[in-house]
Amino acid sequence: MRAQFVLSEIGVGLRRNLTMTFAVIVSVALSLALFGGSLLMSDQVNTMKGYWYDKVNVSVFLCNKSDAESDPNCAKGAVTADQKKAILGDLDKMPVVQTVTYESQDQAYKHYKEQFGDSPLAASLTPDQMQESYRIKLKDPEKYEVVATAFDGRDGVQSVQDQKGILDNLFGLLNGMNWAARAVMALMLVVALMLIVNTVRVSAFSRRRETGIMRLVGASGFYIQAPFIMEAAVAGLIGGAVACGFLVVARYFLIDNGLALSEKLNLINFIGWDAVLTKLPLILATSLVMPALAAFFALRKYLKV
Amino acid sequence: MIRFDSVSKVYPKQNRPALRDVSLEVEKGEFVFLVGSSGSGKSTFLRLVLREERTTHGQVHVLGKDLARLSNWKVPHMRRQLGTVFQDFRLLPNKTVAENVAFAQEVIGKSRGEIRKSVPQVLDLVGLGGKEDRRPGELSGGEQQRVAIARAFVNRPKLLIADEPTGNLDPQTSVGIMKLLDRINRTGTTVVMATHDQNIVDQMRKRVIELEKGRLVRDQARGVYGYQH
Repeated sequence: MRAQFVLSEIGVGLRRNLTMTFAVIVSVALSLALFGGSLLMSDQVNTMKGYWYDKVNVSVFLCNKSDAESDPNCAKGAVTADQKKAILGDLDKMPVVQTVTYESQDQAYKHYKEQFGDSPLAASLTPDQMQESYRIKLKDPEKYEVVATAFDGRDGVQSVQDQKGILDNLFGLLNGMNWAARAVMALMLVVALMLIVNTVRVSAFSRRRETGIMRLVGASGFYIQAPFIMEAAVAGLIGGAVACGFLVVARYFLIDNGLALSEKLNLINFIGWDAVLTKLPLILATSLVMPALAAFFALRKYLKV
Repeated sequence: MIRFDSVSKVYPKQNRPALRDVSLEVEKGEFVFLVGSSGSGKSTFLRLVLREERTTHGQVHVLGKDLARLSNWKVPHMRRQLGTVFQDFRLLPNKTVAENVAFAQEVIGKSRGEIRKSVPQVLDLVGLGGKEDRRPGELSGGEQQRVAIARAFVNRPKLLIADEPTGNLDPQTSVGIMKLLDRINRTGTTVVMATHDQNIVDQMRKRVIELEKGRLVRDQARGVYGYQH
């Protein structure tokens, strides 16, 4: 098979069907941009999970004097030195616990001031309104329940709080969004595939004279189909390249420049360029193979020998 | 070259068979006219030879091969040994004469050197030397059919199938085309030609096969058209 002949046939086909080709490119670009976006999103959630779970604490808040009056958990009064010693001793004995740090009322007050120093509420607070607490780092952040059951309701303990629970809500939300993005992507992909099938059919129909003659002179089925399949693949590949462009530009403007989320949200560890770049070959390969397969199956019925 | 063994063909959703129990043989180097009124089964006969259709009953052998047993992917290979010419020429309007002929060689993967050698040769043979760069639209009907014949013949087929090649041409031009087909036949190529053209059949005095309502009603060596109008 002569490459130049096939290439010229592809060019003719793509130009003849310019609007449909354009539609294919756009729909492939959008669906694959969504595809890449959702891949990156789950990467982002995973990085954030790794980053935050490392810092996640289970906090055992101890009763202070004002809790003793207001909180039913602290009905037996503020925590005593003996109770604190017993709690600390038990924490140290637990196998899931990695480290325990003690935060005094003064430290808690200082941290609060640092975080919310400007608010009027902070100004009215005094150190003895703050709670003493044990900040516990777990070997496995999933094992929060063990600590909670052991200390919830114990004398001197006001509450056991797991920060992972709060994060899980966030991650749940992100994951939900991610699944929604995937659903949209799947829909777009179906639209793209149907467009490709249709475009290939129109293309094959508009060239039925040529293909009829090719069949008569004994061109093989593959030789007749190749230009159409490659047309679809070329259009798909252009769409894939556009999708890659989208992702790179999105990463650039959302995270580094433009919106510059990495500066505004410096608590979040964003995915790096490597995460983006490793997705690009996958997207390009998909954009090449998927339309080619769609075209192949579309033609199987249409261009019989 | 061609052998039909009690061939019947019924198209789906049609009660009347297009061909009924047709048996015949065409030998190498023969020139055969296939005559009969419209709907008599001529086109079905040719489509079976080209394996555009398969038989309902019976066997068709072309070039020594049982077409029923020929797998789909081998069909193109079989067709390369056949040349085909039609009433409507079937040329590509946006290609030149030379490109149209070369197309038949390009699609079967002939090298550019071969194409450059054989295309002018075959165009000379059909009497179109010097018109290589014209487009089909600039040619007369007879010239267009010559291009089609050149395309059918450029790969030197053993068998040439012609479906009413003179159907769109005036009598004088038709005679020219017939002379050309006769010349091709003399090179050893078997020619099977379906036609309505009484004058041509009567003049050429070749073998005549007549179909009527799908049946073979006459197979006559050196026959005439003999069809009553």
